Amino acid sequence: MKTAVIVFPGSNCDRDIKVALEAATGTPSAMVWHADRTLPECDLIALPGGFSYGDYLRSGAIAANSPIMRAVVDAAKHGVRVLAICNGFQVATESGLLPGVLMPNASLKFVCKDVLLRVETAESEFTRNYSQGEVVRMPIAHRDGNYFAQGDELDSLEGDGLVAFRYCDERGQLSDDSNPNGSARNIAGIFNKERTILGMMPHPERLADTCLGGTDGKTMFDGLVTALA
Amino acid sequence: MNGDPCPETAPDADTIAAHGLSAEEYALIEKRMGRVPNMTELGIFSVMWSEHCSYKSSRIWLKKLPTEAAWVICGPGENAGVIDIGDGQAAIFKMESHNHPSFIEPYQGAATGVGGILRDVFTMGARPVANMNALRFGAPDNPKTRHLVSGVVAGIGGYGNCIGIPTIGGECNFHTAYDGNILVNAMTVGIADKEHIFYSAAAGIDHPVVYVGSKTGRDGIHGATMASAEFDADSEDKRPTVQVGDPFTEKLVMEACLELMATDAILAIQDMGAAGLTCSSVEMVSKGGTGLELDLDRVPTREEGMTPYEIMLSESQERMLMVLKPGSEEIAREIFEKWELDFAIVGRVTNTGRMVLKSGNEIVGDLPISPLVDDAPVYDRPHDHHECPAPIALADLSADIAPLEALRTLLASPDLCAKRWIWEQYDHMVMTDTILRPGSDSGVVRVHGSQKGLAIATDCTPRYCFAHPQSGGAQAVVETWRNLTATGARPLAITNCLNFGSPERPEVMGQFVGCIKGMAAACEALDFPVISGNVSFYNETEGVGILPTPAIGGVGLIHDIDRMAHIAFVAPGERILLIGETTGHLSVSIYARELMNREDGPPPVVNLAMERRNGDFVRDLIGARRVTACHDISDGGLLVAVAEMALAALSEGREIGATIDLPDGGLPLCAWCFGEDQGRYLVTAPESTAKTILTDATKAEVPIHSIGLSGGATLTLGSSDAISLHELKQAHEEWLPNYMAATDEREESGD
Repeated sequence: MKTAVIVFPGSNCDRDIKVALEAATGTPSAMVWHADRTLPECDLIALPGGFSYGDYLRSGAIAANSPIMRAVVDAAKHGVRVLAICNGFQVATESGLLPGVLMPNASLKFVCKDVLLRVETAESEFTRNYSQGEVVRMPIAHRDGNYFAQGDELDSLEGDGLVAFRYCDERGQLSDDSNPNGSARNIAGIFNKERTILGMMPHPERLADTCLGGTDGKTMFDGLVTALA
Repeated sequence: MNGDPCPETAPDADTIAAHGLSAEEYALIEKRMGRVPNMTELGIFSVMWSEHCSYKSSRIWLKKLPTEAAWVICGPGENAGVIDIGDGQAAIFKMESHNHPSFIEPYQGAATGVGGILRDVFTMGARPVANMNALRFGAPDNPKTRHLVSGVVAGIGGYGNCIGIPTIGGECNFHTAYDGNILVNAMTVGIADKEHIFYSAAAGIDHPVVYVGSKTGRDGIHGATMASAEFDADSEDKRPTVQVGDPFTEKLVMEACLELMATDAILAIQDMGAAGLTCSSVEMVSKGGTGLELDLDRVPTREEGMTPYEIMLSESQERMLMVLKPGSEEIAREIFEKWELDFAIVGRVTNTGRMVLKSGNEIVGDLPISPLVDDAPVYDRPHDHHECPAPIALADLSADIAPLEALRTLLASPDLCAKRWIWEQYDHMVMTDTILRPGSDSGVVRVHGSQKGLAIATDCTPRYCFAHPQSGGAQAVVETWRNLTATGARPLAITNCLNFGSPERPEVMGQFVGCIKGMAAACEALDFPVISGNVSFYNETEGVGILPTPAIGGVGLIHDIDRMAHIAFVAPGERILLIGETTGHLSVSIYARELMNREDGPPPVVNLAMERRNGDFVRDLIGARRVTACHDISDGGLLVAVAEMALAALSEGREIGATIDLPDGGLPLCAWCFGEDQGRYLVTAPESTAKTILTDATKAEVPIHSIGLSGGATLTLGSSDAISLHELKQAHEEWLPNYMAATDEREESGD
């Protein structure tokens, strides 16, 4: 599996996702600068976490108009898989790769902690190594992670099985207490219609090494390698 | 403020005073200049001779601190200190205060404090890998405290989170002595290639001096002078002297500098911190023994019409000054333009020993370098001797409350409660090398791509320093050392932030001198040198000073992160061993303060030989994997430490309480439970290993006692008295979020 990581000037999880991808694939990831207009040949593009262009206004809004994002949108249309994490998820919604928006957290504060996620479907290349309903642990670290879309849009995401992860408690139950940012219907991650693009606020790359306290994130990368090898 | 470049009449007394200069200091300036200084020159002298830049009150005492060890590559005097961590790598670190600005404008004050210390570290060629902070706020019921906590925490997070360096720990205390002067001390640790460390001495005549980073604006003018005076009732009017941070630009500056450092283009580099362009350029040429010519028209400015005075004294953030190897200007320009940063050749190095400032076709300033640095006044200020107070009989230090009820109260007190509300606002995992997250004795980051770890801790117990500065200064160092040791790390070196009131008061100066003496003795005994630091005086308002607060930041090396210890209980049925001597020292303890409203008496005795012996023993146990958990005993004493180990396990999903046996000695129970004797640790081990540890400790003359067993859903004292872990957790976790939630209501109602 060939992977490319997009590097915006304010990306700060670019190295982290590169380390996790390289550990899973055994091959180097291409690091692609935001000002570039073309992508190397690849099977998976990662949009990393960070603060793309400072994000002093709306997170990801400027990045969505960067030269490289035109190439990313184009590649995604042709079926190249996109994994958009945290700031990457914000960039993906701003670019129209995924529906909805990520608003400031209900607490209006930045929050960094491990959260529990319920895997909503194992029917994707990203989630194939999890089982549906499984509760997994991953860290979040964001100020703008409050997922919002219109009611009918949420209905159709749910109806089409395009919700990937929801914030939950230990037993997999959804509640306000287990929702760290106020996201609509506890949504933590979603797919596009073809399930070739996954956007999520939690960071799978931060729990992909036993030294860091867990490997629930590694399961995703291992699944992708099997699917896209 | 610009005026005549060559005035004939001296500035009036008000102007001199407004620049924080005494009449004697002004007279010396005129003598060294050989003429009347113009306003720009006066401004430059004033910031260079400010307490903040010149260390004029502290310099003679700082020399008493040990600064050397075989592993020290660079001690105090550069942007940050450097130590060898093996394998061709160096750790570079420093802690710095941003107290005055943070009180006036908490978000920006704290944010730019983080920005400044990050620059100090990457300026030397290191990629920052961890941030820490040490915060002191006023009493919780002071009307400003919530607002300050909220702003400072958001500011630290806002900067560190954006730039993408994890903030992995720190400390936070509350005391009414900080009502008018909070302390915001930020520490950064970076890792560099030992052979590629960058220094600030500007060498090479005619070599280009280059300005990179943000443009210069009118913000922060006289920040260094502000930080060198006490506050009065109008201090909040000083808001315009607080700089505004832009972490995104700092991230660009950091990446661009590190990219340029990978070439051989840079000869010298210095960040523009306090006193901006003035301090950075003077320090570079002073260390290089050279001179400098600056063309101020080439300095990128945010607005037109800035005067030389403003350009030289601005403290706009995210700016760097460097001397490049001739011919490498274009490589450098290309890198900075790639990162969309300003890049300007603003001058050249000369051999004149003078700083010449040009603007238009005029010379607007011409100063000798040496007096700015070497002739800065040095004061041996009068200082009181602080005697250690007489001991208080233990019988007088017993509150009318059962021990477990006392425990619950203490765990919910402002100083001992969980600080989760704070550190969850910091990204503490970015860079994916955080091995020990906040809430432990130390934070630990893995050295990227290796099995090594750096343990980092910040500590100080200001109430001890107030009670007896010399003991308190020593205790701050040993507690840092102990916190590093408790993870299994070998403590290597410290940085410090020495926060005190006005040095012009002999009482305060005596506190400073006492703390330095204590620190020096502890550093010496523990082979734990000081490699960088800063002094922040004048933390006082209308004659009332803070508690003496020599905050220590320590770094230790873990050779193998698979051989380190965490504080959380690991399994039920394990033996809990108490290492170190327990005398039940309750005066100046958290127990005495929270439950008896007493802060008098002597602080605990620091026995440096025993501290070292006990710590070395514990570190060996951890390295040999003979213990399953380890925690140092500090604020709150033994029972608080036991509870913290159980609560740490609970937060990791393991319900493991403890049963603690009642002591059979002659100590009152509360003194045994809550005394704050130094040099102590708790470790856990399976029964069979515990037996051999007991024997080995006795052989090594390390005091050791078995005090109970881990297990159960309660913390049980003796045979019957018990409290559930969930109850303790609630007490421990609730105080800070509940306290902070009250502020939101006030703000929403427009208060």
